[in-house]
Amino acid sequence: MSIRQNKKVAVFTVEDLTKTYHTGEVDVYALRGVSTKLYQGELSVVLGPSGSGKSTFMNIIGGLDTATSGRVMFKDLDLSGASETELTNFRRRHVGFVFQFYNLIPSLTARENVALVTEISTNPMRPEDALALVGLEKRMNHFPAQMSGGEQQRVAIARAIAKNPEVLLCDEPTGSLDSKTGRLVLEALTRINDELGTTTAIISHNAVIHKLAHRTLYFADGEIVREQVSDKRLTPSQLEW
Amino acid sequence: MRTLDKKLLRDFKRLWPQALAISLVLACGVATLILSIGTYRSLDETRRAYYERHQFASIFATASRAPQSLMREIGLISGVAGAQGRIVEPVLLDITGMIEPASGLVVSLPDHDTLRLNKLYLRSGRLPTPGKSGEAVVSDRFSKAHGFRVGSTFAGILQGRQVKFQITGVAMSPEFIYALGPGDLVPDYRRFGVIWMRQQQVAGLTKLDGAFNSVSLTLLPGTSQPAVIAALDRLLAPYGGTAAYGRKDQMSNAFLDSELKQLQAMAGVIPPIFMFVSAFLINMIMSRLVALEREQIGLLKALGYSQLAVSAHYVKLVLVISLTGVVIGFAAGTWLGDGLTRLYSEFFNFPFFIFQRSLDVYLLAAGIGIAAALLGGLKSALSAASLPPATAMRPAAPTLYRKSSAFGQWLASTMSQLTVMAFRHLVRWPLRSGFTMLGTSLAVALLVTAMFSFGSINFMIDTVYFRTDRQDATISFSTPLAPTAVHAVKKLPGVLSVEPYRVMMVQMSHGSHSRRVAITGKPQNMRLSRLLDIELAPISLPSSGLVLSERLAMHLGAQRGDVISMKLLEEGWHEVKVPVVDIIRSYFGLGAYMDIAALDRLSRIGPRRSGVYVELDANRHKEIYAAIKAMPKAASIALQTQSLKKFRETIEQNITIMTTVYIVLAVIIAFGVVYNSARIQLSERARELASLRVLGFTRNEVSRVLIIELAIILLVAQPVGWILGYGFSWAVVRGFQSDLFRIPFVVQNSAYGWSSIVVIIASVLSAFIVISRVRQLDIIRVLKTKE
Ligand SMILES: Nc1ncnc2c1ncn2[C@@H]1O[C@H](COP(=O)(O)OP(=O)(O)O)[C@@H](O)[C@H]1O
Ligand SMILES: [Mg+2]
Repeated sequence: MSIRQNKKVAVFTVEDLTKTYHTGEVDVYALRGVSTKLYQGELSVVLGPSGSGKSTFMNIIGGLDTATSGRVMFKDLDLSGASETELTNFRRRHVGFVFQFYNLIPSLTARENVALVTEISTNPMRPEDALALVGLEKRMNHFPAQMSGGEQQRVAIARAIAKNPEVLLCDEPTGSLDSKTGRLVLEALTRINDELGTTTAIISHNAVIHKLAHRTLYFADGEIVREQVSDKRLTPSQLEW
Repeated sequence: MRTLDKKLLRDFKRLWPQALAISLVLACGVATLILSIGTYRSLDETRRAYYERHQFASIFATASRAPQSLMREIGLISGVAGAQGRIVEPVLLDITGMIEPASGLVVSLPDHDTLRLNKLYLRSGRLPTPGKSGEAVVSDRFSKAHGFRVGSTFAGILQGRQVKFQITGVAMSPEFIYALGPGDLVPDYRRFGVIWMRQQQVAGLTKLDGAFNSVSLTLLPGTSQPAVIAALDRLLAPYGGTAAYGRKDQMSNAFLDSELKQLQAMAGVIPPIFMFVSAFLINMIMSRLVALEREQIGLLKALGYSQLAVSAHYVKLVLVISLTGVVIGFAAGTWLGDGLTRLYSEFFNFPFFIFQRSLDVYLLAAGIGIAAALLGGLKSALSAASLPPATAMRPAAPTLYRKSSAFGQWLASTMSQLTVMAFRHLVRWPLRSGFTMLGTSLAVALLVTAMFSFGSINFMIDTVYFRTDRQDATISFSTPLAPTAVHAVKKLPGVLSVEPYRVMMVQMSHGSHSRRVAITGKPQNMRLSRLLDIELAPISLPSSGLVLSERLAMHLGAQRGDVISMKLLEEGWHEVKVPVVDIIRSYFGLGAYMDIAALDRLSRIGPRRSGVYVELDANRHKEIYAAIKAMPKAASIALQTQSLKKFRETIEQNITIMTTVYIVLAVIIAFGVVYNSARIQLSERARELASLRVLGFTRNEVSRVLIIELAIILLVAQPVGWILGYGFSWAVVRGFQSDLFRIPFVVQNSAYGWSSIVVIIASVLSAFIVISRVRQLDIIRVLKTKE
């Protein structure tokens, strides 16, 4: 891992990012000037209380949303001024998402949910392989409703990694799981980060998780209040939940 | 298959009852479009081909007696392509096995030449041999009605002479595609037949040797019809020519025209209703689907699916629904088209029928159906495409219910909370509630439109047979006779009373308008055949002046007090001026009436009688009919009871078919609208209703929230449907209107009542299917899933 840190290739460069939501009478300042970098191959953890702007931040770097001001660079690609089509292409080529509520398509089986992505990717894995990576090769033909929350989340992860994305963005992937299943999900994520070298960012409001990370960003009130780099990482099974 | 398409298929499988309900509505639109346009084209094309192959004439005229030599001059009129002179004469028929006399029309065929115009289609047998007395070809339907075959014989009285007809062949003619006997409202082929005989034979029987009394012309392309008519009128005037007329006034052709007009009207009204309702229904379920799948849409976009791919996904669902509808519509349209065509072949006599099953009708119907569906689904598909992914995945904000006005609050305070819930939901989506109501009311309107004809036809029967023409029979003389002839009829056994009439062909002109009509002279105080004013009260004729039917007055632009100039066509076109003294109601033809004595005074020939209306002793029919059959001067007879019976039979059959079709159509609309709207309500409010159950409300109480909303919509839909139905019916009556006949516009209360009953039953059943789901509401699951 030290090799990676030495290289220090920035995948995302964020400069003075702000996001304001205009809802009715009040303006919500979700991000108030965030600057940071996420490096290739690193596993970053984003921590902070609810409403501190974590999801907003991740949505913007993932091309799901656009900033009010500031700049987001994905390598040489400027996302700040990108059009809807450019953002769609960016997501399609480079980003895998995992969300708190799994967001599987209920009418598709596990394999089909993964195939949904591999079909539109240029260099995907086989859906079966992606599911095997998260230990679900046996549940391939089950519908979401026939799986537990943890299994569904692992399908979501398989779906996110199946296209061999450069970055994997996970918004509270363990948020609706108990500690045991949460651990399984985190194991899948760290394993992918280790084995495939996928740049990964995980949002959590569970502080323990930072022990898995190369880098931890602490959000509060729309700002990054602290950034911490650690070289002593634990495995998910070593976490005290 | 693409994974997204698998989702599509499964969505469709899950939504199938709703989707099918919409497909059915759309199918009705497609089917009625194919039916009306396809049948229109078939009928039009069949007629066109028949006319062309059989050289149907374009101009017709009659005279009392014109010399054969005149034909040469007629043929020389500029623009005339072909001309055929002939003798046409009514004949009274005495057919074995028939107590009552029948009517026939004898039409002459050239002796040695073949017919050049109005050519016959010989179904069987051969043409009569010139010189062979009594040999005749008869019309196909007439022959069938009596079980005649080649060689059969029957008797008739032609201008006072007994004739024995011997059938040599059976034929059809483009002149008699629709053939009405005297006084009939619908064809009765048992009592009316056409008889073609050689010229020499007919001339001998009618004493018209070397003469003709009827002429038909065809024109060269691009010829002005009025110019030829004027020239022909000039040539025939000295020979008792009654003004020539074109195809539009030719009876059989005019009936076909009116049928075609109705099909056109149908194509313009009914399919659009279904297209509109399906567009609305698709809009309703698609917007619900997009709302339900908000997060899935967000996810698809997060995964990198483009806006186009996402909207295409929903458009495909619309396509699946509409294609299902199109396929069902194709089948139903073809089937109904076959049925209607069969009905037509019963009514109209064509030797062949050209089915215009052309691809373009189907493509057009499919195109319009799919376009309507896409239009309905477009907004949802676009809104799905434009949902920003980040927002899409955040749960939607709870629906904002607006605070009601002071009145609303007061109203709410008087109702139970459940009723308030129903009301709030109803007014929260006013557009959707409005359209649901409108869709349901269209079902009611469609039924009113189908059922009003019962009332109108009954009203017409009552007016025509029991208030206007109350005679038992109308006997018309072969030539106008002196008034003493009436007394002879009066003396026949079983005749209780008689009332004479005189018919004169005139050309009426007023301002720039001009019409060829028959004017009927009647006694001032009519007892048997009466006239009714606009309010349908019997009138007595003024001692002088004209009484016009509404429609004729309209054509002439004439009002009471206007002076009409009339040319008496049978009297050398001698012109007189007469004021209009009254305008009356009439459902048939273009009637004009005058006191018979006044008409006699106008005529230079003096008093004449064309025939008599008679009242018969119901117990002495046999005697009376025998006497009439033997009556030398009778040319034709119209029998009211027979005519009414046939009319009732025919109309009842048609109305029954039509009503059945309309009931099916209306039930499909009602089901489509109510079922879908109930399903969507249930889907939108599942959480709310489950919460109510958690709070301890019973299943019935919870169902009530849904029922109340549907009931309000259904109730409001009734009066709206009545009003729309009244409007549609009025449009139908307007569409039916022609110079031949009009239908009175009478919508009986029972039409409204039955329409509502059918729609309410269909709606209640559809709603019930959905409401039974409230009972199966899985409280736990509903509350656990995020909305
Ligand atoms: N679409 C939106 N409309 C309005 N406000 C929003 C929206 N998305 C987020 N917010 C607001 O922005 C702030 C940051 O939200 P978010 O980034 O979701 O926080 P976190 O993920 O850290 O809990 C919150 O106050 C939230 O209410
Ligand atoms: Mg968040």
